[in-house]
Amino acid sequence: MFAFLARRLLATLPVLLIVAVLVFLLLRLSPGDPAAVLAGDAASTEQIAQIRAGLGLDRSIPEQFAIWFGNVLRGDLGQSFYYKTDVTTLIGQRIEPTLSLALITISIAVLVAVPLGVLAAWRFGGWLDRGLMGFSVLGFSIPIFVLAYLLIWLVSLKLGWLPVQGYKRFADGPGQWLYHLTLPAITLSVIYIALIARVTRASVLETLGEDYIRTARAKGLPESTVLLRHALANAAVPIVTVIGIGIALLIGGVVVTESVYAIPGLGRLTVDAVLARDFPTIQGVILLFSFAYVMINLLVDLSYLFFDPRIRY
Amino acid sequence: MKFQRKTWVALALAVGAVLAQPHAVAQESVLRIVPHSNLAVLDPIWTTAYMSRNHGYMIYDTLFGTDENAKIKPQMVESWTESGDHRLWSFKLRKGLAFHDGAPVTGDDVIASLQRWGKRDAMGSALMTFVQSMDSPTPDTFRIFLGEACGFVLEALGKPSSNVPFIMPKRVAETDAFKQIEDYIGSGPFIFKKDEFKPGDKAVYLKNTKYVPRSEPPSGTAGGKNVYVDRVEWNLALRDAQAQVNALKNGEVDIIEALGFDHYETVKADTTLQLPLYANLGLQYMARFNHLHKPFDNAKVRQAAIAAMTQEPFLRAQVGVKELYKTCPSMFVCNTPYGSLAGSDLQAKSTMKKAQDLLKASGYDGTPIVIMKPTDLASIQKLPDVAAQLLRQAGFKVDLQAMDWQTLVGRRAKKDAPEKGGWHMFLTAWNVFDVWSPIANPTMDTRGEKSGWFGWASDDKMIEIRNQFMRATDEPTKKKLADQLHARAFEVGTHAPLGEYNQPMATRKNITGFFITNGNIYWNLKKSLNPA
Repeated sequence: MFAFLARRLLATLPVLLIVAVLVFLLLRLSPGDPAAVLAGDAASTEQIAQIRAGLGLDRSIPEQFAIWFGNVLRGDLGQSFYYKTDVTTLIGQRIEPTLSLALITISIAVLVAVPLGVLAAWRFGGWLDRGLMGFSVLGFSIPIFVLAYLLIWLVSLKLGWLPVQGYKRFADGPGQWLYHLTLPAITLSVIYIALIARVTRASVLETLGEDYIRTARAKGLPESTVLLRHALANAAVPIVTVIGIGIALLIGGVVVTESVYAIPGLGRLTVDAVLARDFPTIQGVILLFSFAYVMINLLVDLSYLFFDPRIRY
Repeated sequence: MKFQRKTWVALALAVGAVLAQPHAVAQESVLRIVPHSNLAVLDPIWTTAYMSRNHGYMIYDTLFGTDENAKIKPQMVESWTESGDHRLWSFKLRKGLAFHDGAPVTGDDVIASLQRWGKRDAMGSALMTFVQSMDSPTPDTFRIFLGEACGFVLEALGKPSSNVPFIMPKRVAETDAFKQIEDYIGSGPFIFKKDEFKPGDKAVYLKNTKYVPRSEPPSGTAGGKNVYVDRVEWNLALRDAQAQVNALKNGEVDIIEALGFDHYETVKADTTLQLPLYANLGLQYMARFNHLHKPFDNAKVRQAAIAAMTQEPFLRAQVGVKELYKTCPSMFVCNTPYGSLAGSDLQAKSTMKKAQDLLKASGYDGTPIVIMKPTDLASIQKLPDVAAQLLRQAGFKVDLQAMDWQTLVGRRAKKDAPEKGGWHMFLTAWNVFDVWSPIANPTMDTRGEKSGWFGWASDDKMIEIRNQFMRATDEPTKKKLADQLHARAFEVGTHAPLGEYNQPMATRKNITGFFITNGNIYWNLKKSLNPA
């Protein structure tokens, strides 16, 4: 177990190194000039050149990489070209909204999707099952921004229940925090509800056909016990896997949701950094995302031990 | 079932309690603004970005302002004199000027600020070529000694757009002009809350309660800067155009600085919203040629392109709302002091047949014109399509290349040939005050590769006229020279003006006090609980 953990943690290092090199090179090879962005529209070519030199962009690419990577090894992600603030500070400012949104989204998704999936499997072929399948197709098909605008129109503009945009920190009050995150989280959770519910349904459906389920029913156990303690527990591994993948995919999903709902999170920071060719920020955020992705996968793998005692590492 | 009902009731109560909270927060004196872009650089001298300029207007004051009729008026200056030979300018600062830390504004602060500005701004640099020295005989006075007479001292000191000569404390203004300042103390009507600034999220300004406004009514960047709200918040996170309108309708923000044209009719029809008049001079669209490379190294080809690009199709496609645009062939913008029509018949009275004839006579060799089209900038993204179509009709071959705006911004600085990553033409928009003066207008700088702005036009005659303009000290002569320069610019084909438009601003109806600013300025505004 510990050897497995150590191996997996060590394996993250080459992954992060490859990500760092690729991101660095891709950014340098892509068109666009951070200095021109910073200088403004009326700036002269000389002014742009002076800013470029000030940012160290007149150095060779290997030299730039050596400086940046040396700093990263010391835990310094550099300073944002655009905001003139440390990237770690920027990430620190932006991580709370993103984590909050991800947490509420995945909570809603799990709390809604797992019971729905179990019930759909239990009533296979019934109206609930068909309804869930229809909802899943819709949930997968509808773009997040379209759903966001529809929900804003209905919930905020017509009913006046929730705000259109913005974010309040948890420290400013849990009520305001939840008030501002509810609509974005519902928007973002729809696709995950569709995904998790579908996988739950399929997985539970498969276990419901197993001999031990027939035995449990023959023993006269209540149907709820059969479903939750026998069927769902044995179907948990694929469900947990897809929830893990869902959390990782959220990283992409929050970019759109944060833009539409004006949430100043990591997604919005990434978009701004890309538009402004803010190389240090893009590099820092992508490294963080990569690390998070690897860690989530590791946690999912570890969770298998809990759900299936037969698994050994 | 009983348990479920209880659960639902508890949930409903919890949600109700949560929903009830926001209404308890009074926001009477907070003006919530959605600016036109993100605020990244807090030094309005280091960058020409309009957002940094607008930030500057919040916290700094200026020696002179430009009123709604484009006239220069004193702001921090109480009085001034000019010697008979126009070489010595003496200024007296008005009483009560103080920085946010309580220190009085002195002549030394002014001189240091002007020196830093003169190293960054094109007009400032031009002024500094005339300046022999500056001094401050007493704390509330300063003098400018010129080597030879020049006619744009006040015009430069009252320059309303980037880079604006904002006055900073001497210790701040002594920062290297090529490094950004880190101390944001000004003497303007608002105080920047540095501790609340979250890049990409929000910027906060508090009312400067010690600010002493002028007694004249506000007009442009001149007149009294009275502040009637306690706090101004710029929402930097709300960038999606539809989300901005939704937030305005829902009362979550008070002002959208730059309303998308697509939303104009929606806002106009909403009884809780308004479209206040804040500008009487339009912004200007323009197409800029790269004069370094074939075929636009040939003036006749450029003239043919200008003749092909008549203004109405651009304005109709990009703006679409008839009441928001007008054709105007003046490169210096119509209804400004130097607004001129000299030489503009090439475009104003053109037909496609004339453009085709000009192109045939130019010796155009069929080189495809590389037009850069920004796909992510809604305010100008339709212009390149119109240009491509009109140029094709005239007989040009066109290579329309789509890219994001920042790629365009980086690429336009390249002097390489178009086939090696350079370009032939791009289209953009200008604030009136960046192009209204023959000195400020960057396209009038025709020093070839030494010229400040992309496109690198070259023409000795224009340089000569512009130099005469800088030295002219009486208005009739300046106007005459501006006309000559304008006519010559059309002969040279520096660029094509593509018409003027007003950028609508949308606000809730309980916001009052708007005046003609021709920019984004937030003093004099009042916010009431009930719509007026």
